[in-house]
Amino acid sequence: MLAALAWFAPTISTLAANDPIRPIANMFDPLGTPAKMIHDSSILVSIICLVIFIVVTAMLVYVVIKFPSKGAEDEKKEPPQVYGSSQIELAWTVIPILITIVLILVTTRTIGEIQDKKLPNEALRVRVIGHQWWWELEYLKQDGVDKDGKPVWKRDFITANELHIPVSDRNSTRPTQLILESVDVIHSYWVPQLNGKTDVVPNRTNHMWLDPWETGTYLGNCAEYCGTQHANMLIRVIVQTPEDFEKWCAAQRASVVEPPVGDALAVAGKKDYFANSCVSCHSIAGTVSRGVEGGVFGPDLTHFASRASFASGMAPITLDNIRDWLRDPHHLKPGVLMPNMQLTDTEVDQIAAYLMTLK
Amino acid sequence: MAHGSSTTPEDDFVITPTRPGEEKGSWSSVIQDLLFTVDHKKLGLMYIGSGLIFFVIAGLMAAAIRLQLAIPNAHFLEPDVFNRFFTMHGTAMVFLVGMPIIFGMANYLVPLMVGARDMAFPRLNAFGFWMFFFSAWFLYFSYFAGPGLYNAGSAPDVGWFAYSPLTSKAFSRGHSSDYWTLALLASGVGSIATAINIIVTTISLRCKGMTLGRMPLFVWTFLVVAFLVIIAIPPLSACQIMLLLDRYLGAKFFDTQAGGSAVLWQHFFWIFGHPEVYILILPGFAAMNEIVPVFSRKPIFGYPIMVGANVMIAFISLGVWAHHMFTVGMTSLGNSFFAISTMLVAVPTGIKIFNWIGTMYGGKIRFELPMLFCIAFLFQFLIAGLTGVMLSVAPFDWQLSDSYFVVAHFHYVLIGGLLFTIFATIYFWYPKCFGRMLSHKLGMWHFWLFTIGFHVTFFPQHISGFLGMPRRIYTYEAGRGWEIWNMMSSLGVILQAAGILIFVWNLIYSYRKGKIAGDDPWDAWTLEWATTSPPPDYNFEKTPEVRSRRPLWDLKHPDDPDWKYE
Ligand code: HEM
Ligand SMILES: [Cu+2]
Repeated sequence: MLAALAWFAPTISTLAANDPIRPIANMFDPLGTPAKMIHDSSILVSIICLVIFIVVTAMLVYVVIKFPSKGAEDEKKEPPQVYGSSQIELAWTVIPILITIVLILVTTRTIGEIQDKKLPNEALRVRVIGHQWWWELEYLKQDGVDKDGKPVWKRDFITANELHIPVSDRNSTRPTQLILESVDVIHSYWVPQLNGKTDVVPNRTNHMWLDPWETGTYLGNCAEYCGTQHANMLIRVIVQTPEDFEKWCAAQRASVVEPPVGDALAVAGKKDYFANSCVSCHSIAGTVSRGVEGGVFGPDLTHFASRASFASGMAPITLDNIRDWLRDPHHLKPGVLMPNMQLTDTEVDQIAAYLMTLK
Repeated sequence: MAHGSSTTPEDDFVITPTRPGEEKGSWSSVIQDLLFTVDHKKLGLMYIGSGLIFFVIAGLMAAAIRLQLAIPNAHFLEPDVFNRFFTMHGTAMVFLVGMPIIFGMANYLVPLMVGARDMAFPRLNAFGFWMFFFSAWFLYFSYFAGPGLYNAGSAPDVGWFAYSPLTSKAFSRGHSSDYWTLALLASGVGSIATAINIIVTTISLRCKGMTLGRMPLFVWTFLVVAFLVIIAIPPLSACQIMLLLDRYLGAKFFDTQAGGSAVLWQHFFWIFGHPEVYILILPGFAAMNEIVPVFSRKPIFGYPIMVGANVMIAFISLGVWAHHMFTVGMTSLGNSFFAISTMLVAVPTGIKIFNWIGTMYGGKIRFELPMLFCIAFLFQFLIAGLTGVMLSVAPFDWQLSDSYFVVAHFHYVLIGGLLFTIFATIYFWYPKCFGRMLSHKLGMWHFWLFTIGFHVTFFPQHISGFLGMPRRIYTYEAGRGWEIWNMMSSLGVILQAAGILIFVWNLIYSYRKGKIAGDDPWDAWTLEWATTSPPPDYNFEKTPEVRSRRPLWDLKHPDDPDWKYE
């Protein structure tokens, strides 16, 4: 139990893949366009509410301080009996109505600005597919146009959990559109510093967009209760310079590297991997490992070792962590849908070594 | 210090002198009595008593949840146990604590306040209670079903709003969703029966002279609540039946694996769920409407507009349900519509808060316990209302919904609002029910411990919400800025628990040892204070006559009666 405690406590800094990591996802510290729009109207609303709070609290405190009964003697005589006053009641009906109108204007405007935003054609498009309890990420590329002149999108490459996107600055703005879908229950994609959350609903396609201003790793969580491991359905968005991002994309597109012949452990691990039913849930591009027909049941492993963390951000990718995971995934993530494969210790060592070669 | 001697009302009111401690039977006769009673007062107390028992159980679960979240990466509760705890905590607090206690308040007080001898349909009334009572134990029985207590049985683990498709056969094996569904379906039937009873009682059993315009605001508010119950519960029952059809007869309303809709459930659920929130808070308003005037020594400020505001709130509350769904991917038009309708609720609610302050203005405020809880209510409900306004701004809600900010917001509503007025109600009317005062000293301890504990627990959750902490997570990693706020939150629970312990002790202790109350210890004005404490079986020996909104004021101030101004 105690060992588990230490092991399950990946301090966030160990996960830092790219500079700077931003562990505090403060919505009042927005670092992207839609988040900033939300922030501005939120500040306005917060100020209005704070003023109302102060005024009403002051009224309450005044009344409480000013009108206490002065003991039994005082109470023999009742205070003047006032039943109401139309003017006063009218005043405190009309003023709130005026404030409400201001709020309505601000709100509807921000809703429109964010929701009805038309993204340019160059925008990056990524399908984010929610699974119990991890994220599948499918990067899309344009593949001609249909007969109405609308662009047709097809798969570029697939990865899992860690979303890489380019940064926007004055010279190059390239927002990202997320196309949100779920294969099981409702999840919700939430990276507070980049945008509010949007639910990821089965049988339905939702959209949101990100447009970050600064590079770094941003943290978020699945925000809709989705079962046992809802707590550990973490989100990591890695914002890179356009050059770094392109480099990363190229690496993801590349076919997998075979384990070097000298690395006997990894070579044996590859055999084990394909001999076990790992192949029936995970895919590795360019091999027979394709996951369950039609979709993927477990995260894509093609460039697994190029990520910083696994199990949707729960643990850093290290040889030890992977061994532990292979021995019993439920140890790290109780309730996870990957079964305990009952691997022998040798198999564990070998497969772990193999996975580490999947750069 | 008790105020005002028990004024003997004039000859219209004949008083049978029964005193506490008289005619106490053996245990078995007491139990028989409770089992077979149809008396609205006994049923009212049974509702409140069982509500308090469930409050303690659900509160212990909350404490366990908070213990698990006190530090990052804790291993006190397994994830599934945790998920069952928050589901059972939320479900119980709403359906087994909030609902029965407010029905208990209505049951006990409405007939007395309108000068009736009982509810309109006493047997239906008993039926409502037993439906609730058995469905509650049925829900808890789930802990012993399925894989048994050690694996936490088949207790529901789908959250109190049980979103589909988490409840469909594919994702909810075993019977946990069935326990949730069947228990609430049954208690819904009881709630509707009770609501009908309240409506008929207030419409047709008011005593001579009590026109609708003279009815105490408490009763008015419960009339509105009863209508809301009748409107709100059927959509819940409907979607629960649809869920059962899905699970057992292969229907596909919510089964997304077979093409069903996940969002359909949300619409049904919140068409119930949003009015439900007002069903829970309006009774709080009802208690405020009676207690604030008595302890300020002034009539309620703006009676007609208070009635109007209740009706407005109820009406608007039926058109705002989708503000729980701002993140589900509605169109911008849909989002705007529900944001606007939600903001409109702030207007009548604001009117109520101002009118209560207006009632206190120029009065002679006595800081007795019921009043203290009411003043705390005003302050806390103000915060709850303002965070509600913040959440109604849909873009803000995109950040905050399903975060700890929401947990803070609705606990400010439900504890800071509802629970505080329940306490006020109990301190105010306990003397009427049992003929003895609750201890002031113990009450003060309860008040301060609980109030401080409440704020220490829930205020920091606003901040953890701003920092991106989602709700319903059983653990979290270190280093995200949440540790300190969670630790505070968990520590606050200790103070709250201490307060509750003292409160429960007070209830028991004062039942035997409390100061004898007399019929009208607070020098109040509504009819229930005109009969004995506790009231006799048939409430009033002779039906009293009413000429104004404050019949007892008229009796006590023959020189300056209210009816002169009507
Ligand atoms: C005694 C003090 C209480 C404490 C310390 C407490 C604490 C909590 C906590 C920690 C949660 C879980 C938050 C999460 O992870 O989602 C929660 C949820 C909830 N609480 Fe309380 N609570 C208290 C009283 C109440 C009361 C009086 C009510 C209502 C009358 C209430 C209604 C709810 C509801 C509806 C939920 C949501 C459950 C769900 O997500 O399904 N609570 N509470
Ligand atoms: Cu999720």
